[in-house]
Amino acid sequence: MNTASTEFRKRVRMALADDELQHAMGRAKGGFVLNRQKAIAEFPEFHQMTDAARDIKDHVLMNLDLYLEIYEKKVLENGGQVHWARTAEEASTIVEGLCRRSGARKITKGKSMVSEEINLNEKLEKSGMQVIETDLGEYIVQLASEKPSHIIAPAVHKTRNQISKLFYKHHKPMGYADKVSERKEIVQQARSVLRNHFVESDIGITGANFLIAETGSSVIVTNEGNGDLTSVLPRMQIVVAGIEKVIPSLEDLSVFLRVLARSATGQEISAYTSLYSGPRANHADEEGPEQYHVVLVDNGRSSMLGSEYQSMLRCIRCGACLNHCTVYNVIGGHAYGSIYPGPMGSVLTPLIDGHENNTDLANACTLNGLCRTICPVHIPLPDLLRNHRTQQQRRKLTPFTGRFFFAIWVYLVRRPHFYQIVLALPIWVLNRVGRKSGVIKRIPLANGWTNSRDFPCPSAQTFQRQWRAEMRKFNA
Amino acid sequence: MLSYVEVILDNISNNEEALASFENVTVGFFVTCIVDLLRPSVGFAALHLLKAAGFHVEVPASQACCGQPAYNSGNESSAIDIARQVISVFENFDYVVVPSGSCAGMLRKHYPRLFASDFIWLDRARNLASKTYELNEFLVDVARIDNLSSTVSKTCTYHDSCSGLNELGIHKQPRALLTKLEGLELKEMEEADECCGFGGLFCVKYPDISTRIVERKVNNALSTGADMLIGGDLGCLMNIAGYLRRMGSSMKVFHVAEVLAGMINDPSIGEKEEHA
Repeated sequence: MNTASTEFRKRVRMALADDELQHAMGRAKGGFVLNRQKAIAEFPEFHQMTDAARDIKDHVLMNLDLYLEIYEKKVLENGGQVHWARTAEEASTIVEGLCRRSGARKITKGKSMVSEEINLNEKLEKSGMQVIETDLGEYIVQLASEKPSHIIAPAVHKTRNQISKLFYKHHKPMGYADKVSERKEIVQQARSVLRNHFVESDIGITGANFLIAETGSSVIVTNEGNGDLTSVLPRMQIVVAGIEKVIPSLEDLSVFLRVLARSATGQEISAYTSLYSGPRANHADEEGPEQYHVVLVDNGRSSMLGSEYQSMLRCIRCGACLNHCTVYNVIGGHAYGSIYPGPMGSVLTPLIDGHENNTDLANACTLNGLCRTICPVHIPLPDLLRNHRTQQQRRKLTPFTGRFFFAIWVYLVRRPHFYQIVLALPIWVLNRVGRKSGVIKRIPLANGWTNSRDFPCPSAQTFQRQWRAEMRKFNA
Repeated sequence: MLSYVEVILDNISNNEEALASFENVTVGFFVTCIVDLLRPSVGFAALHLLKAAGFHVEVPASQACCGQPAYNSGNESSAIDIARQVISVFENFDYVVVPSGSCAGMLRKHYPRLFASDFIWLDRARNLASKTYELNEFLVDVARIDNLSSTVSKTCTYHDSCSGLNELGIHKQPRALLTKLEGLELKEMEEADECCGFGGLFCVKYPDISTRIVERKVNNALSTGADMLIGGDLGCLMNIAGYLRRMGSSMKVFHVAEVLAGMINDPSIGEKEEHA
């Protein structure tokens, strides 16, 4: 087993043994799933709308260069600037450069997964800038020196008690003497602390849920309004977005807005939907940043175009596949060891970061198919995960012993009569061992099963053998 | 050993019209490797049900596995070899019936995918896919089986296995069949459509995760107060029964075919034989 795999298994064990994590995950799951169900039930056109969303994304991906150029042209017309980044490193360097040259000391951020992908916070902090996450969940994980464990609910793995302690530790020196534990008080305190940061911020950095080619706008949806305060108050706004985020028009946006919130949180629409199209028009304008920059990140995306993984570029990061994933719900996001967890992350991470260090992601999945069913842009996630497994086999990244036993099994399956002869004995032995109690408590080489489960005892003879002996009577 | 062949099921039948129309229709029965090796009674139960519905049933000797373990572990070329073999053996039957949503899904959804760039085999795979059914959906949607008058005085809960549910949309059919049985009370568990953590090789590759998932499944099942858990996929049932037995629970676990064929007086999955 390679180091990465050992690490993965260690993280899984830790997650399973973490009672607070288990408690938090157990509670969050039901809410997301039920709310989505309700929201969809109240919107009969939902499934047609998801077909339309898929078709729009497919159309864009077939013409991505065209729409990106239109988008860039519009942003320039609006007075903004567009920067192209091929890699994560290039992207974070561009943003860091913009911040440093403008003499920024404090930077506020809206929730942005792509900024996590390019390790932006570390880069900025290394250059001596203070970075404040303003989405409540992101703020909590930042205080805890952690990474988000969910793409839309970064602190879903934390219990209220843990958050309460965290706030007390970090806010006490700022003059908040009382420990807050009620939901309302926690939100109120975060709001009060963040308010000052918003006002003092030099630069606001946000991601984008969508980029609209028609108008050159970037769109973010939030429930806290933090995105707006991040964008509008500082003198410079930087939008960081993956190149796949572009959609043709405002008309198309209306399709995605109807699909996104319902899939993500079960809301009809998020509390805030904001469009930003550039800097304030002239200095007489009262609001808006003086400078507006968009950093478009490739980081492996363009190589997915035209490949068997192209459909993954349709992803709108709603998080529904995480919420519905049986495995995600018991191990939580951090166990994946990647910024994108769950089904979508298990597809995406090896494409961005390579297969070698991520062999477990595609395999730690039961292929139950639910993520495909609920994906609002119909990404065939299980098929893509299976493709990853095929890639691993081709490159012999799987353990030798497994491949050896597998070859024997395939040899036998392809010779059914010989298969029956060879398997008769082990089946008979298992039956002898287990028939008194009905189960077998321990099977060598199958500890994975028998350590936690009994193995139900098989019959003494296979179906085929019994059937061949008595089929005449059946058909009589 | 029990002889399931001699069991006479006079309490299952189909209406005359159906019987007449299925007289010359032959069903190829795909046993599945796991039923063949671990629980033959499921195969016999299915055969009895198909016969009672009026079909002529054949069980080709030249079958072992549908190739799903190869396919799902990324051994595409082995999966293709196995698929060719299954297609050759089964393509000439009028219908192919499989007592598992997972294996039926493999034949119906994934064989065509395996041959996406091989037009001759793609046609053959699609032909097989078009006549392949999971047992429950076949009994309801094709056989339209009429009379299931066994008495099963039990409270039961049904686990929807994922492949059958998510790939083939099987949800109503087993419930429609089970509720025809006299005395059977169906109590739905929370998250009945949620994965049990079996996942084929997943359960031995990632036993910690798998165990936590089956623990949750079993707790949901036990909370219903049912005497019996029923499902349509032996893999999931082995996993659930194995966990129930380890924790010392007496909840019985049966494949839906066994319940429909009235075989519930035999030992359930993982239960000891009374006279052994």
